Amino acid sequence: MTKTIRVANAVEAIPPGSTLMIGGFMGVGSPIRLIDELVRQGKNDLTIIANDTARPGVAIGKLIVARLVRRMITSHIGTNPETQRQMLAGGLEVELVPQGTLAERIRAGGHGLGGVLTPTGVGTTVEQGKRTLEIDGRIFLLEKPLRAEFALVNARRADHIGNLAYAMTARNFNPLIAMAADVVFAESQEIVPVGVLAPDDVMTPAVLVDFLIARERRNG
Amino acid sequence: MDDKTLIARRVALELCPGNLVNLGIGLPTLVAAMVPRDAGIFFQSENGIIGMQAVAEEGLEADDLTDAGGNPISALPGSATFDSAMSFGFIRGGHLDVTVLGGLQVDRLGRLANWMVPGVLVPGMGGAMDLVTGARRVIVAMTHTARGVRTEDRRGVYLAPHVTASRGSDRDGTCRH
Repeated sequence: MTKTIRVANAVEAIPPGSTLMIGGFMGVGSPIRLIDELVRQGKNDLTIIANDTARPGVAIGKLIVARLVRRMITSHIGTNPETQRQMLAGGLEVELVPQGTLAERIRAGGHGLGGVLTPTGVGTTVEQGKRTLEIDGRIFLLEKPLRAEFALVNARRADHIGNLAYAMTARNFNPLIAMAADVVFAESQEIVPVGVLAPDDVMTPAVLVDFLIARERRNG
Repeated sequence: MDDKTLIARRVALELCPGNLVNLGIGLPTLVAAMVPRDAGIFFQSENGIIGMQAVAEEGLEADDLTDAGGNPISALPGSATFDSAMSFGFIRGGHLDVTVLGGLQVDRLGRLANWMVPGVLVPGMGGAMDLVTGARRVIVAMTHTARGVRTEDRRGVYLAPHVTASRGSDRDGTCRH
């Protein structure tokens, strides 16, 4: 059984209005071919869960500029004036989440936990509408898990069955979102035969990856 | 020496051998250049690396090796990379000795506001709330007239920047060996 799928067919399987987790930090470690194809097919009304919206025209910033996003759950939009403009104009709903809390909410969603207790945000506007618990004399916020219908993961290396390894700071949210979505698409910079990635080098085991985006044939 | 360089040099004096330190974007980034390479100080970037350093020369940048602002960095021998959950585990879990952040305002209790002015400036908190909550020491590095952020609306009503954490400032300038 092969997991490979052409990028166009992968994106055809994502209905408008879907909730997507997308890897990357300021575009580093974001699945660029999947993002470009979402723009090409004009998949709109999306809810995106991701660390940031990069810059206009870069990675997730392309989805913002193309006005495909209805709702963002993210930690930082300061580097993308277009995200801020659409938010203040009312066309884009933005839920700002502290970065460590975002990572833990996704981890909770993927690891079967009912939420996480964090001290981050206590005494700030982030606390509003949330339960607080006192544990051994210290106050924590109860933050709920996040899951998505689709995760769009970027890897440095994948093998033929979908084991993944990431490179340096391109890892960021990718292994977390690969655990927290119903369907996981992995786009890899390189695809190698099974056995090239040693078991100790695998960061996301193949059982988590539903589809591996096929390489495009290159000339020359 | 300009104001920012002076502040960065002063902050560098607070860092101790063996410290794990996170530098925020802007003025705090200048601190790294004020620390000798053999000082035994490790810089974390919250996008997933301990041991970051400046790119040695143009042309040696790597697409997958960047700081939290998305700018190219390099890595010291002995560096380690990790995912975002572990990165914030370092920050929240008491493993980070010092965080150096920029700010919009600091009040008389030392509480920092650096992530939003309602209706005016909404960058989001990024990692700042976790850093201020979790780091052993918090150092705010800013000039007294930080780039003229508007804190009044058109009617002249004061718009308070939202506080980043309820924690006040620390005053403990000694190195523990």
